[in-house]
Amino acid sequence: MHAIETTLIEAERLMTVCNSCRYCEGLCAVFPAMEMRRAFPRGDLNYLANLCHGCGACYDDCQFAPPHEFNVNVPRILARLRGESYQDYAWPRAFSGLFARNGLAISLATALSVAAFVLGFAALNDPAILLGRHVGPGAFYALMPHTAMALLFGAAFLYAVVAIAMGVRLFWRDIQEPAATLIEPRSLWQAMKDASRLRYLDGGGVGCADGDERVPDRRKLYHHLTFYGFLLCFASTVTATLYHYLLGREAPYPWYDLPVLLGTFGGIGLVIGPAGLLAAKRQRDPALSDETRLGMDIAFIAMLFLTGLTGLALVVFRETPTMGPLLALHLGVVFSLFLTMPYGKFVHGIYRFLALTRYAKESSALAAAGKSAAAGGA
Amino acid sequence: MIDLTRRFDVLIAGGGNAALCAAISARRLGATVLVLEAAPKFYRGGNTRHTRNMRCAHDSATATLSGPYTEDEFWDDLRRVTAGNTDELLARHMISQSKEMLDWIAEQGVRFQPSLGGTLSLGRTNSFFLGGGRAMLNALYRTATSLGVEVLYDAEIVDLEIADSMFLSATLLRDGERVAIRAATLVAAAGGFEANIDWLKMYWGDIADNFLIRGTPYNRGSVLKLLLDKGVERIGDPTQCHAVAIDARAPRFDGGIITRLDCVVFGIVVNKHAQRFYDEGEDVWPKRYAIWGRLVAAQPDQIAYIVFDAASLELFMPSLYPPIRADSIRELAGKLDLDAAALDATVGTFNAAVRPGSFDHTVLDDCRTEGLTPPKSHWARRIETAPFYAYPVRPGITFTYLGTRVNKQARIVMNDGRPSANMFAAGEIMAGNVLGQGYAAGIGMTIGSVFGRIAGQEAAANARN
Repeated sequence: MHAIETTLIEAERLMTVCNSCRYCEGLCAVFPAMEMRRAFPRGDLNYLANLCHGCGACYDDCQFAPPHEFNVNVPRILARLRGESYQDYAWPRAFSGLFARNGLAISLATALSVAAFVLGFAALNDPAILLGRHVGPGAFYALMPHTAMALLFGAAFLYAVVAIAMGVRLFWRDIQEPAATLIEPRSLWQAMKDASRLRYLDGGGVGCADGDERVPDRRKLYHHLTFYGFLLCFASTVTATLYHYLLGREAPYPWYDLPVLLGTFGGIGLVIGPAGLLAAKRQRDPALSDETRLGMDIAFIAMLFLTGLTGLALVVFRETPTMGPLLALHLGVVFSLFLTMPYGKFVHGIYRFLALTRYAKESSALAAAGKSAAAGGA
Repeated sequence: MIDLTRRFDVLIAGGGNAALCAAISARRLGATVLVLEAAPKFYRGGNTRHTRNMRCAHDSATATLSGPYTEDEFWDDLRRVTAGNTDELLARHMISQSKEMLDWIAEQGVRFQPSLGGTLSLGRTNSFFLGGGRAMLNALYRTATSLGVEVLYDAEIVDLEIADSMFLSATLLRDGERVAIRAATLVAAAGGFEANIDWLKMYWGDIADNFLIRGTPYNRGSVLKLLLDKGVERIGDPTQCHAVAIDARAPRFDGGIITRLDCVVFGIVVNKHAQRFYDEGEDVWPKRYAIWGRLVAAQPDQIAYIVFDAASLELFMPSLYPPIRADSIRELAGKLDLDAAALDATVGTFNAAVRPGSFDHTVLDDCRTEGLTPPKSHWARRIETAPFYAYPVRPGITFTYLGTRVNKQARIVMNDGRPSANMFAAGEIMAGNVLGQGYAAGIGMTIGSVFGRIAGQEAAANARN
């Protein structure tokens, strides 16, 4: 039997147990969404799996968790199903195997990408330029023409967008949600609020599972640092691009200018956040995680950390002769990050946001039905 | 490592809601406290781990309660469910103290939430624990240990040394060795004896072998038995227990809430001879579910089958095991090992007796049988739409009523009527004082929390003297 079949069967069993208990209803969105159903076909299980933030509170609170014979461990089985669903939605299909040994795949992609940039810089530039000191506007472009950089990264980014969009299509079909939900402003806005605050990584307000004696779980804080750091870095890139094309101002910019400020703060977030997430992951009760996806989790965290670290190093050392190699390193990491986005942990954010959007729609429909029923009954 | 040779101020026997409330309140008054939990850590907390709410009086709606529930209304409810089999002084004291409990429990780290889906009828009266009973226990244990309460698991008490109403020491079995633990006071909060099949057999005979126990196998009543054997006055009918009909496929112990079945009112219930034996539509389910354990216990082999059809399948809360399904009543009988002709006849007779009416499962509707014995007074609809379904059910024992008598200070009363010098009791072990029979949702937790807190305070004060 395929692994995903086994996982689906177990997830279905657990949802049947949980649906006849419902004690965890107040902890997150998964259980209220479960209560709207009596049967759990594959698409619904994938929806619930992607709705789960893995806070782990339901495991600590469950009277039927192992060693109980009912052996209920929802966070772990939903994490496993989530990982398998990423693989299922990968586009093109031929690349879905990249999820199976994700740590290796991402490491190789990054190593190759960095090597290509270093070699490219070395082959196309005089050593004096590569290891020279460059200052003032256009310094970076002494090593790689801006147009080449924009085209290369634009293409990689576009590829990632297309591949992820194809995955979104598959997910949406799998959970059998009408396309119209994706343009429904109220559900999207609610999902944005829930995602941006990580509302459901909170055990219903008491924090993630931390067992009895373990240290408190600070993944929410570190995730915020990572996510908003990433957004700031992205904003920095967009601003710099606008500067270049609209204002005709070329990088590098002075330290106080918007792209550098955004990038610096973002970079700091991308260093502290992933480091914290990694530490929190190590402290976490191993029973709660899907150990088969450890490589994927760590690869993505490491990629973000390296993006932040190399970016910061570039800001600090950009006026020294190490700028050339550092630029090659940073561009190599970022290029690999873009290219592997559709085939790594990055997609968790996309599918979770989509699941939250569907949940927003479902729960407001339920509330409306409840109100009209109450009004009808009164 | 806990130093078991020292003398503690307060020794708590048990590890559930009542025990922890006692431990925390005693510790907050400065007492040294040791909790002895007979179960391993995962199974700690007795029946508390399967609870989900508590019933406390309150004068106005709160963030999680939809309206006021006055002391008088609480008292009326208690008097009604116990048919007056309660100690009014003690009960009213508990009800008045229950008002403070909502805040007090929250101060110990327990979080409340609005009533769960499917329990709207309790939304005004009962406060639900966020994450259920085990979440509540986790919060209490975290608070207790952070205050310095010591907790020992796998610590079943095998003997109590009591002299002239005075507790002296408790004996534990640790790794096969007997260890005596001394303390200035004892709080007995170790629950009832529902998981002690041999004890149940004393009143029920061998049919107790066919009972399923809804909680852990650790609710053996060892402490209760020791106390009653050593001169403590008993209260409550020893032959009585709270028994509901649960899925017969449930494990022997600890199946908890998910094996319960809420579909009796939607069908008919037959015994192993495919005969009906009680009015399935006598009253609304929340008022009747607790009689069905006893009814099934009285049937041959303590087994019965709830039979219904496709029209009712989605009208009740889902439960753990799927119903047994068949395309005809005869086929269903085959799957249940019942006589096909007999079941067919029973269903046929029932169907013929059903009068037309307008079905509404939320009220006492006018769908009933005529000329049938026993009748089905409400919600009677013909069982005629395939597929047909059945759930096998057995008696599921929740808790027992036998306990120790206490006074308003939660102090144990001896056989001669004198209060004990230094023994207190809280929770299920003394619930019979206020709950002589019957049950109302969440009241066990109220008894545990209120008397647990009182017992802890009184024991701490007692230890200082």
